[in-house]
Amino acid sequence: MTDTIGVVAEELEEGLAASTKDEPEILSWDSRARRTITIYIPLAIFVIVLLFPFYWMAITSVKPDFEMYDYKQYNPFWVHSPTLANIQKLLFDTEYPRWLMTTMGIATAATFLSVGASVLAAYAIERLRFKGAQHVGLAIYLAYLVPPTILFIPLATLVFQFGLFDSPIALILTYPTFLIPFCTWLLIGYFKSIPYELEECALIDGASRLQILRRITLPLAVPGLISAGIFAFTLSWNEFIYALAFIQSTEKKTVPVAILTELVTGDVYQWGSLMAGSLLGSVPVAIIYSFFVEYYVSSMTGAVKE
Amino acid sequence: MDATTGELILNWKPRAQHSRIGKLFDSKPFLVTLCMLPTAGLLLIFLTYPLGLGLWLSLTDTTIGQPGEYIGLDNFTSLFDDPVFWGAVWYTIFYTAVATAGKFLLGLWLAMLLNHHLPFKAFIRAIVLLPWIVPTVLSSIAWWWIYDPQFSIVSYILVDVLHLRAHYIDFLGSPWSARWSLIVANIWRGIPFVAITLLAGLQTISPSLYEAALLDGATGWQKFRRITVPLLMPILSVALTLSVLFTFSDFQLVYAITRGGPFNSTHLMATLAFQRAIPGSQLGEGAAIAVSMIPFLLIATLVCFFGVGRRKWQQGSDND
Repeated sequence: MTDTIGVVAEELEEGLAASTKDEPEILSWDSRARRTITIYIPLAIFVIVLLFPFYWMAITSVKPDFEMYDYKQYNPFWVHSPTLANIQKLLFDTEYPRWLMTTMGIATAATFLSVGASVLAAYAIERLRFKGAQHVGLAIYLAYLVPPTILFIPLATLVFQFGLFDSPIALILTYPTFLIPFCTWLLIGYFKSIPYELEECALIDGASRLQILRRITLPLAVPGLISAGIFAFTLSWNEFIYALAFIQSTEKKTVPVAILTELVTGDVYQWGSLMAGSLLGSVPVAIIYSFFVEYYVSSMTGAVKE
Repeated sequence: MDATTGELILNWKPRAQHSRIGKLFDSKPFLVTLCMLPTAGLLLIFLTYPLGLGLWLSLTDTTIGQPGEYIGLDNFTSLFDDPVFWGAVWYTIFYTAVATAGKFLLGLWLAMLLNHHLPFKAFIRAIVLLPWIVPTVLSSIAWWWIYDPQFSIVSYILVDVLHLRAHYIDFLGSPWSARWSLIVANIWRGIPFVAITLLAGLQTISPSLYEAALLDGATGWQKFRRITVPLLMPILSVALTLSVLFTFSDFQLVYAITRGGPFNSTHLMATLAFQRAIPGSQLGEGAAIAVSMIPFLLIATLVCFFGVGRRKWQQGSDND
């Protein structure tokens, strides 16, 4: 006990010495021990808890069945004889590759449609400044607050009337209902940051409005376009309730829906292939995310701040 | 900035606009219409119209494959006597309240931890966001497996590693443990969003305020209460409203883990609406349940507007 107090005191002195040595970040005379207890340990617990389900997903997907259901002989936190059987079964015995392709296609199409529409709308609202632009912007923001869960029943009847039931086109057309509001608000923020003078110069030089949009505004808004694009792609990839309600045939399902409705069969769950399916379904968004982390963070916080 | 403008303009020569099409594109009303057309079209057809259609459906007895007839408020009166519906309303409110409180307390704590000087800060921030990026259904399936009655890893830790309990927990087998299990999974998914948003808010607070407070002899709690919280309020209120809105209308997590069971004890209004409308094919009744969510959502939206208004008032400028 006295020893620990001694150590703490020593470290306190160290901390004091460090702070007198003019280190701006250690302003509140933190000692290293105190920093460890108040910052690093809680932070480590947060990171472990937030990441554990992914670790568990990954480790389960490479476990053979005899290990997965026998915690007495095999330590469940590790895998002793890793196997690719679950992944192999998923890729060759189910229509998983097809679901991946369908999801990819739908997400890409919905993204292009939404970003295209949003760019034009955001440009009109922010730059053309027509009468009532503010109200239109507000209406689009309100549209973002309408959750899909109160829309899917009437949308299902609508999709049926249009003859689009069980067709990917139904999803490509309905995803923009939550993508366009988000992207438009994101892009309005980006357009705001582009100086208006640039456009005025071009106007004086005789450029047309379309030329201005194409040659000046769009090139400067590229970071915003990337943010909107990757966000829209992730949101479409993750979408669940519309895909569950509007698609019926096995081969047209998207990954999240297919895993839950096609891989969960009977009373005995195939946890190995379920986890492998979840892992593979998460990989595409995780890869995109890892390339564009900064865009994600800025657009997420930007959208809230707007 | 001037130099870039000059280059940009030198790169192309504006054509004299002889053509009628060119003139048409310079007419502002035409251009506005053209630009707003795709967005307005998509949103009116697939958002505004379905909202109205949903209201109408809730007043009919429509089933799948059969156009219904107007039956007045019968759907609502039958829901009024339906204990399952009231159970869902109650659990939706409980789920939203507890999960939001948990998300914001833990998220604020995580944001404040991340606001310190840390090694690998960008990396930690990136991996912390993962639960929010990955499709909810897929991470929910992982939680489902974590909550397995026989092979739950949480039970294994509590029983075989820490020897805190004698038996494995049947997480999803009884109503209350299932309810809490879902709330824990929802908090887990929501923490990253709250933490990263609030971190952005924290970073806008000037360190000189804390230095001034330090010189005045303020304690840590006083600094938190008098500087951090008030300056974080604007972004906090917007994030809070969005979080409440999306937790209240949650569907995926509950549908993936319990599908409303055991004994309908974990139905949210959204999952109940789905169950009645699509597998149960009672579209009218499902629509009525969905419509009953609207008053709650409206209240949350109004709170959001007051939050935004307050932010503008606080900042004083940038009011256009």
